[in-house]
Amino acid sequence: MRWIAEVHVSLRSGIADPEGQTIGSGLRALGYDTVAEVRSGKLLRIVFEAAGSDTAEAAVADMCRRLLANPVMERATWELRADEQQDAEPANP
Amino acid sequence: MHAAAAPHVAIAVFPGTWSERDFAHVAETVLGWRARLVWHADRDLGTPDAVVLPGGFAHGDHLRTGAIARFSPLMAAVEAFAAAGGPVIGSCNGFQILTEAGLLPGALLRNDHLEFRCDWQDLRVEHPGAAQPWLGDLADGEVIRLPISHGEGRYVADPETLDELEAQGRVVLRYSGPHGEVSPEANPNGSQRGIAGIVNASGNVLGLMPHPERAAESEVGGTDGLRIFRSLERWLKGQPARAERRVSSSL
Repeated sequence: MRWIAEVHVSLRSGIADPEGQTIGSGLRALGYDTVAEVRSGKLLRIVFEAAGSDTAEAAVADMCRRLLANPVMERATWELRADEQQDAEPANP
Repeated sequence: MHAAAAPHVAIAVFPGTWSERDFAHVAETVLGWRARLVWHADRDLGTPDAVVLPGGFAHGDHLRTGAIARFSPLMAAVEAFAAAGGPVIGSCNGFQILTEAGLLPGALLRNDHLEFRCDWQDLRVEHPGAAQPWLGDLADGEVIRLPISHGEGRYVADPETLDELEAQGRVVLRYSGPHGEVSPEANPNGSQRGIAGIVNASGNVLGLMPHPERAAESEVGGTDGLRIFRSLERWLKGQPARAERRVSSSL
């Protein structure tokens, strides 16, 4: 069956994130004075086939380990769900 | 006795590499070496004396710099060459690929000021003996000047790795002022401890953000980069096994 994984890749805490800092400065310049911190990252939406949820979960973990995140400075978290509309055209939410 | 054959370098070319012709020009025209461009999809590196991973934006730097390039078929051959002690240099994007491939520790992130920086940069040479094939002609503590040209050159590693690199003398180039002073002002990208270049434990794999190939002729403003290539040439002359292999492979 078809699965959708949304993988969030972000810099580990302690690794300086100048992009996030700059975005934070931008928000404060717009008047959002209460913004304390912005951390930037990537969102990867992966649509793939797997027999069951355990297999799908293991596949995403493997993708993150081998390619999607570099453990030297990044961490990956993900949400995995079965694709309810797998018979329909690929939808972009 | 035969005169030593000219060194032969293999220069890896990924989609988006941009410094390969500069390296080839220096190797062939300035030094009289043989240079061969090798496409990343090729599995055969040939039998070079040294391998160059040039700068650029391999595979568009998508996901992370070097992240896709490390899986190119050619990289298995580069890894085997490095494991056998062959000299490998990765400059700029090549350094990023070497870290992604695990041939060198750490990673290179967006410059702390978020700007692409293209400039001449002073670099303090440290422990050149630890990078014998590449820095053998340079002196500990001397300052060389090379161009930098990158947006993602901020070297990071965890504190234990940094301490280990320092303890083993593997930080061989550090961003500095003209007299070798290392300071935040002399650091063009926020690299931890001002690190501009490191070597692997056996000293044959050098990764550096600066571009030695862009400082090999006085017409372009400096020739300090040439000294790195001359170091390699001198080192190769002291490697009889390699010379014999080169002769036998030409029979």
